[in-house]
Amino acid sequence: MDSRYTKKTFVLEIIGILLAILFLIPFYFVLVNSVKGFAEILIDAAAWPKEFLFSNYVKVWEIINFPRAFWNSLVITVFSNLGLVIISSMAAWKMVRTPGKLSKILFIFFVSAMVIPFQTVMIPLMKLGGVLGITNSIPGLILMYFGFGVPLSLFLYHGFVKTVPIEIEESAKIDGCSQFGVFWRIVFPLLKPITVTVVILNTLWIWNDYLLPLLVLQDAELRTIPLAASSFFAQYTKQWDMGLAALVLGITPIIIFFLFLQKHIIKGIAAGSIK
Amino acid sequence: MDGETKVNTAVKADQVKLTSLELRRKAKRKETLKKALTYTAFVGPALLFFLVIQIIPFFMGVYYSFTSWNGVSSTVQWVGLENYITIFTKDKTFFNSFWFTTKFMFAAVIISNLIGFGFALLLNTALKTRNILRTAFFIPNVIGGLLLGFIWQFIFVKGFASIGKTTGIEFFQLPWLGTENTAFWGIVIVFAWQISGYMMVIYIAALQGVDNSLLEAAKIDGANNWTLLTKIIIPLILPAFTICFFLTISMAFKIFDLNVSLTGGGPFNSTQSVAINIYQEAFQNNRYGLGTAKSILFFLVVALFTTIQVWTTKKKEVEA
Repeated sequence: MDSRYTKKTFVLEIIGILLAILFLIPFYFVLVNSVKGFAEILIDAAAWPKEFLFSNYVKVWEIINFPRAFWNSLVITVFSNLGLVIISSMAAWKMVRTPGKLSKILFIFFVSAMVIPFQTVMIPLMKLGGVLGITNSIPGLILMYFGFGVPLSLFLYHGFVKTVPIEIEESAKIDGCSQFGVFWRIVFPLLKPITVTVVILNTLWIWNDYLLPLLVLQDAELRTIPLAASSFFAQYTKQWDMGLAALVLGITPIIIFFLFLQKHIIKGIAAGSIK
Repeated sequence: MDGETKVNTAVKADQVKLTSLELRRKAKRKETLKKALTYTAFVGPALLFFLVIQIIPFFMGVYYSFTSWNGVSSTVQWVGLENYITIFTKDKTFFNSFWFTTKFMFAAVIISNLIGFGFALLLNTALKTRNILRTAFFIPNVIGGLLLGFIWQFIFVKGFASIGKTTGIEFFQLPWLGTENTAFWGIVIVFAWQISGYMMVIYIAALQGVDNSLLEAAKIDGANNWTLLTKIIIPLILPAFTICFFLTISMAFKIFDLNVSLTGGGPFNSTQSVAINIYQEAFQNNRYGLGTAKSILFFLVVALFTTIQVWTTKKKEVEA
């Protein structure tokens, strides 16, 4: 990378800024029109609002029961992450520390499943889920995310465990530490960087997930944010003023999450993908 | 020692040896068992959830694809290959979906990677606003496909119309989601918008791994920017291309959320992806047997595409 700031770099800078503005224009449209009245949107969607109708937001907030939807999304995302971090890190560590045919086959088995499209699994899963009693419930959905999230999480942990020096574990074992002790007290804290990556990637996927919750969560009060926003949109089709407010409410939490953690997110994606 | 005592001692010694050998064997078995139990304890939970949620349903799906199950009744009738035959001979909508999804995949993959790579090249220079730009280009990827599709539905239907009215540019006055041709490009545009930032991040990481001294040396030898790019940079970051193409191909082919919210498969099912087709077959037509058969074919195609792609690009990597 050329680190001299020349005239050419300045031109590129301007181009970059213009591109970025162009890229983000849809957000302008959505925000600006979410506080307009319906008629005003029809007249000119590109214009700055004449007055700010925050009542759109109030109405939408109540109709879709935003706090409830937010809570559902939060519970699902947090507990799915918790479970995935625990079971994936444990499995990956044991597999790396137990080299041999079994671990190798299991690893390939886990990773190759990432190719299976959701559609191939969803129909029988609904049937099986009904039999096991895990449909139409948030805990049930969380258990399903465990099953779907293991391949990627395990893959990421697997690559990272190799950076933990085995000497530390061996000296702990000599000191009388059990396997569980070695893992939880010594190895897991050292896995923090990849845990951050795993949590971020899982959160982005689970929070925004649509089809699985749609199939699993039947009751309206169990709905997550994507489900609530989409059912609202379907009900109030073409009522752009409220629809857009619903969209803004829907995307704000995840954007805030991203802005707070962006350095980690971007670092994690780059690192995880290269592996 | 006299002869008898010698024999006795020898026998006793053998017995002691035997016993200690037995003891060692017993201890080893105990340790192996303990190791096996620990292995199961650590790997078991992940394996269990994985099997129950993905693998068992997968094989159930294979089974159901040979039946005429409607999803509710408790009787399941075996029909052999009838579902598969139906798909290949009578189901025109499935082939239309397939054709659309394949066309879409090619367009989306090429455009997304061009834009992503272009952004990466741009952001690999010493711009002051690099981090802000990187965030800006990445934000669309943070929003799920569903809400993204709704946003762009508004943009295409109302936003473009306003711009078209003000500026008079014909591009913005087309009925984007209303005609088959423009709807196709509409989805391509939105998908590219969503995914380019993600690809950009991967390409940036790869570009930063390129040794600057190589580029300097080539420049001294008189290479221009184009040669630098094609002969040096691209060959060095081929693994990034492998990953990005792998990701975009499988994401594009499996597209669902964005498709549902942006076009719903329309107009006239012209933008109906395979994923939507399968969903409708199962949950709207209630033909679960046929739906699972389609989903098995879907899986085979995705696996085939991604395998071919990874194999080809891996070969290029080795050659480079």
